[in-house]
Order: sequence, then structure tokens, then C-alpha cells
Amino acid sequence: MDLPINAFTSAYEINIDVPARLERAIAIQHLGVQYRSVQALRDITLTLEPGRLVGVIGPNGAGKSTLLQAMLGLVPVTHGSVNYHGKPLASQLDKIAYVPQRSQVDWTYPATVWDVVMMGRIRQAGWFRSFSASSRRTAEAALERVGMSAYRDRPIGQLSGGQQQRVFLARALTQQAEIYCFDEPFIGIDQRTEAVMFEVFRELADAEKHVMVVNHDLGDAIAHFDDLILLNTELIASGTRRQVLTRDHLYAAYGGKVAFFSGEAA
Amino acid sequence: MDVLLEPLQYGFMQRSLIVAVLVGLICAVVGSYLMVQRLALLGDAISHSVLPGLAIAFMIGANIFVGAFIAGVLSTMAIAWIRTRSPIKEDAAMGIVFSACFALGITLITLIQRDNKIDLNHFLFGNILGVSVAEVWQTALISLLVLVVVKLLYKELLFYTFDPVGAQAAGLPTNLLNFGLMVLIALTIVASMKSVGVILVLALLITPGATAYLLVNRLHQVMLLGAAIGIIASTSGMYLSYFYNLPSGPAIVLVVSGLFGLALLFSPTHGVLTNPQPSLQEPKVWRELKGLLGRH
Repeated sequence: MDLPINAFTSAYEINIDVPARLERAIAIQHLGVQYRSVQALRDITLTLEPGRLVGVIGPNGAGKSTLLQAMLGLVPVTHGSVNYHGKPLASQLDKIAYVPQRSQVDWTYPATVWDVVMMGRIRQAGWFRSFSASSRRTAEAALERVGMSAYRDRPIGQLSGGQQQRVFLARALTQQAEIYCFDEPFIGIDQRTEAVMFEVFRELADAEKHVMVVNHDLGDAIAHFDDLILLNTELIASGTRRQVLTRDHLYAAYGGKVAFFSGEAA
Repeated sequence: MDVLLEPLQYGFMQRSLIVAVLVGLICAVVGSYLMVQRLALLGDAISHSVLPGLAIAFMIGANIFVGAFIAGVLSTMAIAWIRTRSPIKEDAAMGIVFSACFALGITLITLIQRDNKIDLNHFLFGNILGVSVAEVWQTALISLLVLVVVKLLYKELLFYTFDPVGAQAAGLPTNLLNFGLMVLIALTIVASMKSVGVILVLALLITPGATAYLLVNRLHQVMLLGAAIGIIASTSGMYLSYFYNLPSGPAIVLVVSGLFGLALLFSPTHGVLTNPQPSLQEPKVWRELKGLLGRH
């Protein structure tokens, strides 16, 4: 299934120098991941350009989270490569902010909101050093942006699911990365948090960052994304929402399980 | 007060006091990492696994602390190896490795015991009143090393133990951090062997941090308050051992467990009896007892 990627079209649309955009693109070539006997991803080839809000969608077990983790080298890649600026992305983790699924961490851990947000500055601070004043200002600004300043000294165990997710978002912002990856950030959160998150995603994309969001839900929220990557172990389709959300593609990904599609407003 | 100060005129009591304070301190600090990662069983595994190293070192005339430390680190590597190279889960791997090492250690020490003056019970249950000057120095050096490393790597270890995947994605060398943590735990256990013994050292690693966790909300506070609790327990245990001729390990563990029980019942935020649960008129003790029985 060799679909044209929209790298060129959208660049022409907003009239930005094409070579410069392509240089900052993430090039995924023939990426494959195998866990023991299970093939989690097969032969994914994609080009991701900056400045786009990209949703990764597909049925359960389609390899959506695995795609993010394989790009960052968090799971062993059995095939292919992921390059950024012509070098393996996994060797440039300082340019990445990754937010794992909220359920992957223990929220009863003895830490405050501030402790977690400051984790975003650990890499920048360097070994054996304490945080600088500018690191603290960055963290304060990030907390302010997600509306969690008032909860700064609150133990993380006392937060609601949405508040926890906003703390993770603030941690990602403090990393001041070029590539932002979110794994299922919309599970168990409130409307307000979802609104804040899409606002922040849009701001990041407008600032020419890469923003990738794994999202299992095909609800109305999908209209927020510029581009979509539709997976089911293999790449079913990628491109603008309109290009991806066709009856044939959805049928190929979900089988007969999604009979409708009404939320599309592209 | 004199009752407590009077024994300190003896050299062996001064040595015991120093070791008790150091061991209470580093066990609580390092053990906090085990508690927050839900790796209490790993502490138990390493502590039981040091015995064969200790026995072999004794046989070949090497330093028993070094032998014990090497065995402790090797056991964590064996556990990781079984877990990654077979479908066996981590808890089963720990159970297998630590019981095998413990059996080997007991066998070796029993063999040595026949013709040497080495007492197995002292390693199993602790003999804090019998520490030598050299052992005080070794404990002090290990404690200094452990505390300096924890201080230097505090923020990285906080990130790693809270969110290992996030830490890896941020580019931290998580395998190295994990190995460093295992080394710290092995060192701490080796330093504590003489005062609490390998069987009960787990209590001094986990219980002070767990007690503090019921009272404060940040990792460094858990470590500091845990250290205070650990020191109170280890010195009280030392005195109990002196006055009542008890093995020091069980005495220390009974004190620290008692402190944990108090925090569990009366902690202002998490206490079973103090935590407000409105709409229930019946006495809280009665409600808890009914809850326990009702679970069957």
C-alpha cells in the first residue's frame, strides 16, 4: 500500500521552503518490531514533517504504542531505521519529549507535582548538578500553561486522572524538545484537560515542532489532527485526515468493526 | 538517662552504637528505593544470596565483606539473566536464586563451622555487640560511599524509579542506573550483615521507609524521616540486645515494626484510626476488625 505522503503538498500550501522542512523530517524506513514470536510492526515506511499535529490510530494491538517506542529505541527494533537530521533518532533523545501512558507509572510514588515536572529538566541540568534558576522558571511556565500552578506542592497521588495527565504534559513542555510523543493521553481524563491538551499540541505544531499522539479512540477528537497514521501491524494509510479516513482504509484496519464514519469534517 | 549512657563506657558498646547509627541510616535511605519500586523481595533475595560469597571468602582467607558483596551483585545478575532468557517471571526467578544461594551458604558455613570459630547464627541474626574496630571502619566507609552516591545521583534515581520508561526516553542510561542501585543495595546489606543479620535486614531496608511514607509526601523526606526511624530502631535494638542478651537483629526488627504499627494506626493522613471516614458511627477499631473478618 504505497500512498503518497503529504510532505510536499502541505509544504506548498503554507509556502515554506521545502528542503528546509524535509531536512527536519523524521524518516522511518521499513521499520519492523518482533517480540519473541509476535510480529508487532511490519515494514513501516513513513516521512513525518514538523509543524503537523499527527494522530496515530488503529485497533487494539495494532502496534500504535510500539511505533512510538520503536522510534525512540525503547523496544528492540528488528528491521529498518528511523532517522532525524540524517542520524538515528534513538541517538538524539535529548530532542524528544515522550509521555508514556499514565497507567505505566505508579501515582502513589512519594513525589509532588513539582518533583515530576522538574524531571523534564534532569537531562538538561546534567550529572551531579542541581537545577538552575532558568530550569525552574521553565518548569513554572509549563505548570502555568497547563493550569496546574496551584497544585505545585500537591502529592501526585491526590490528583485526578486529568490533572495527572496535565502534569505529564507540563513535564514534556519543560523538556523544550523538538519532537513530542504522547502515548494514549486521552484515557480517563476530563473535558477541560482534553481542551488544554489540544491547545498545547496546536501551539507546539505552530512552533514547527513534531507532535505525535497515539489515540485509540475514533471519536470527535480526531478532527483536531492535521495528519493521521492508520496502523494495523502494517501501515494501512498515512497522510491528511481526508486521505486516511476513507471507507476502504478503515475497513482494512478494523475489518467490519467500524461501520460508520460521521465525525469526519475535513 | 544514666542507664543508657553507662554502658557506653565500654569500647564494644561505643563501636556498636556507631555501627547501629550508620546501618539505621543507610538501610532506610537505600531501602526507600526498593519500597517505591515495589522491589522488597529483591532486597530479601540479595541479602540471602550474600552468604555463599561470605563463606567462600572466609575459606580462601579473603575479606568476607568483599566476598559477600560480589555474591550479592552476582545474584542480581543471575535473576536478571533468568528473567530475560526464559519465560520465568521475575518473582519466581528471585525465589529460585535466593533460596539456592542461601542453601549453598548455609552448607558452606556449616562445613567451615566444624573446624573454625565462626558462628553461623551471627550472620543469620546479627551480633551488633561483637563488631570489631576494623568492621566499624568498613561500615563507615561503605556508608560514606553509599550516601555520597545517593546524593550525587538523587535526581536521576528519582526519575528512574518513578518512571523508568520516561527516564529511558529522556536519554538517561537506565541500565547503568539500575545496576548502580543494585550495587548500593548489595553494599548496604553487606554493611548491615553484622548488626541485623541477613535474614532480617529486609526489615531495616523496607520498614523505616514504609513508616515514613505514611507520614510524608516526597522521596527525600521519606529518606530523612526513614533514616531517623531506622536509627532509633537500630540503637534501641542494640540496647535491648545488651540488657536482655537478645540477638540484635530480632530486637532491632521488633522495634522498627512497632514504630510502623503506630504510623499505620495513627498517621494524620493515612492512619487507619485517624483518617476521617465520615458516615460511620461505630468505633473504628470495631469496623476494621469486621472488615478483616468479612473478607473471608
